[in-house]
Amino acid sequence: MKAYNRVLMIMAALSLGLLFMFPMWKIYLKAPQYPEGLELHIWVNKLGGSSDHVLQNFNILNHYIGMKPIHADSFAELQYMPYIVIFFMAAGVMVGLLGKRKLVLGWSVLLMIAGAAGILDFYLWLVEFGTNLDPQAAIKVPGMTYIPPLLGSKMLLNFEALSLPAWGSLGIFLGIAISLLVYFLGRREAAKEQEASTKRALV
Amino acid sequence: MEKLITKFKKAAPKAALLMAVAAGAALQGCSKMGGDNAGATATALSSDAAAAVYVAPGKHDELYSFLSGGFNGQVSVYGLPSGRLLKIIPVFTQHGENGYGYSEESKAMLQTSHGFVPWDDLHHPKLSRSDGMTDGRWLFVNGNNTPRVARIDLTTFETVEIMEIPNSAGNHCSPYPTNNNEYVIAGTRFSVPLDMKGGTSDIALDKYSEEFKGSISFIKIDQEKGDMELDFQILVPGFDYDLANGGKGPSEDWVYFTTYNTEKAGTLKEVGASQNDKDFLAAINWKLAAKYAKEGKAREMPANYYHNKMDKDTHMAKSTVKKKVRYLLPEECPGMMYLLPAPKSPHGIDVDPTGEHMVVSGKLASSIPVFSFSKMQDAIKNKAFDGEKNGIPVLKYESVLAAEVKEPGLGPLHTEFDGKGNAYTSMFVSSEVVKWKLSDFTVVDRIPVYYSVGHLMIPGGDTKKPLGKYLVAMNKITKDRYLPTGPELAHSAQLIDISGEKMKLLLDFPTVAEPHYAQAIVADKIAPNSVKFHKLEDNKHPHAVKKEADASVTREGKNTIRVKLTAIRSHMTPDNIEGVQLGDTVYFHVTNLEQDWDVPHGFAIMGANNAEALIMPGATQTLKWVPKKAGVYPFYCTDFCSALHQEMQGYIRVSPKGSNVPIIFSTGKKKTGPVASSK
Repeated sequence: MKAYNRVLMIMAALSLGLLFMFPMWKIYLKAPQYPEGLELHIWVNKLGGSSDHVLQNFNILNHYIGMKPIHADSFAELQYMPYIVIFFMAAGVMVGLLGKRKLVLGWSVLLMIAGAAGILDFYLWLVEFGTNLDPQAAIKVPGMTYIPPLLGSKMLLNFEALSLPAWGSLGIFLGIAISLLVYFLGRREAAKEQEASTKRALV
Repeated sequence: MEKLITKFKKAAPKAALLMAVAAGAALQGCSKMGGDNAGATATALSSDAAAAVYVAPGKHDELYSFLSGGFNGQVSVYGLPSGRLLKIIPVFTQHGENGYGYSEESKAMLQTSHGFVPWDDLHHPKLSRSDGMTDGRWLFVNGNNTPRVARIDLTTFETVEIMEIPNSAGNHCSPYPTNNNEYVIAGTRFSVPLDMKGGTSDIALDKYSEEFKGSISFIKIDQEKGDMELDFQILVPGFDYDLANGGKGPSEDWVYFTTYNTEKAGTLKEVGASQNDKDFLAAINWKLAAKYAKEGKAREMPANYYHNKMDKDTHMAKSTVKKKVRYLLPEECPGMMYLLPAPKSPHGIDVDPTGEHMVVSGKLASSIPVFSFSKMQDAIKNKAFDGEKNGIPVLKYESVLAAEVKEPGLGPLHTEFDGKGNAYTSMFVSSEVVKWKLSDFTVVDRIPVYYSVGHLMIPGGDTKKPLGKYLVAMNKITKDRYLPTGPELAHSAQLIDISGEKMKLLLDFPTVAEPHYAQAIVADKIAPNSVKFHKLEDNKHPHAVKKEADASVTREGKNTIRVKLTAIRSHMTPDNIEGVQLGDTVYFHVTNLEQDWDVPHGFAIMGANNAEALIMPGATQTLKWVPKKAGVYPFYCTDFCSALHQEMQGYIRVSPKGSNVPIIFSTGKKKTGPVASSK
């Protein structure tokens, strides 16, 4: 692999670092009495929000409908996900240094699988919180569940919930996109190499 | 019938004009003007007045204004130009609405050397200053009746400090901050015989002229925190010291006080104090006074006064009793104090933005004298004295006078400035505001106000750079301005556009109690610093509980029960309490666990002999309750907090003395974990 491809691959690996700098996903809640809005930020290693106390305020609102309180401790993922990301970053840098095209593809595919698994896990949690409601809840609307949208917006009683990936997710996207680019850029080089080796064989 | 109405409508403006003229001349002679009087205002109104004061729903006002409440002991906050009431800040008066002065935390704020004084007469608000401009940090206000000065913190709009002023009575010419809050100055309106031991002497009242004295207090302000400390006093002749204001720019070392009753009458002052054609404007060089005090000219006498401070972390007020005070005598401090003769029983003393002109509004005078600071300096240098009073040199009237504003109107009270070379003086007797030029001292415009205006206020009109856009006239008499509400009426204020050559009436709005004076400041200087809620983690109240698991009910000693309660939407923990006995005193320490904007919780219990407690998010407040009968008592949240606010209630059981009911407490079935998380 040419030097610039190796550099690109290392960049792909390092772009995952965005996950530690920005949230992966944001859920925005809007209601008339919350003119300033309420944002829940999901990070790779923690839960946060537009203010220090967003979780408490989310939980206060959710307790009327019997949703379980959300605490960072409830999610084992927040404990081990950072290690997975670090593993991917380290592995990506290694792949870049080794410069093997097949490894690039392998890294890319694994990252895609991990990303998809993450989104699936996120969705399952949304379903869990949105449907597993306390039967003693003060507000019960027959047939109503409160699964927030995975992507896009949805009305949940008086709240308009909007769910969008945030800058952290861009890290994963960049990781996949750049590594695939490296893989395809390497194609011609590989083809040339193959040609050269066939020629040599012919000679 | 319809024709009649049309006819009337056509005639109304003319009639109204006539009525307005009549009103100006005959004062309040015509009290039977009836509902159609609305037309009078309509003619005076410019067509774009509505647009000028319209603040669209959801939009904010351009300015905060702080109007004193006079005899309600509070400050009202209005938005300008809309005239919308935003808040009432309790200062010297108990406020059942939020438990101020009732809660265990705030009671100490109203302690004085006379005991608990839950009321006062609050006259003058003054915003804190930086370089002669209002800075939006604090608001200082005076209590006139039981002499006190208070400080309001403008990040929370709460009274955080009240200091009693010793050796004073009728703390009227108060509080006047110097250009950088070096000092806040407070003077006596009702001179009293000082016993020089912190009280007044028991002497015959006909000894007024020999024995009675006034005092002027210099309160040092902590530049960072705003905390007050009485540095020293100047003991002055027994006149009535009415109002004060400080110099600016070249005159910033000076502060001026109007005086009346220089006759020293002790009875029927309305006659006795109105005999001299000229009273005095007292001028004090405060920097020199501070220097004298520092350099050992000050004597010390015993005193007894309270200083009450609200701690911002515990939200608890604490009183300290001060036992001595330093004082200066003017006769021992040359160059510190001078008297300028001023006609007649002057009220307002106002210094123009350049600091050169001192405008004295003599309420019984026929003209407005304007003194010159530079002439005063020359007169002092040249010793242009006209005798002395109690060792204080009296300057010659002509030697300090810049000019007199002739025929301004009747009853000039108070003047402010627009920063464009104009002064505006309120005329109490002729119910008008008069605009005159500082360049040639001629009257250029006048506008009627409704009725009998006291003070007026231009935002920053007492600073180096006034915002010459609006003027608020605060009127003493209301009569027919609004729908009648029985014998007791709201006072009225008028907002006047002073941006152009002609004054234009924009708005008429009712005010709470009796505003004597006001301050206004652009909203940007205050709004960004406004606290939304208190951080629970910073709450250092000794009885705060920061999570539901820590809520408790304990018996302390024999007869004290401490209930440490939490409130969060939409329950209190605990909400079932048993084991209280007759003869117990119960303290409910309620902590509001919310950490969101605008979610106060209230707490009230049946039969409490005080008020509710209103607890801001993150704070703790305490309500004391002494049950008088055995039985069950409900308590509940009084501030509509959420959809389940009505459910936010609980019960406390009171058993006879000596009963064997143990202390137990709970909320719901202890099944699910608490909703509130510490983080």
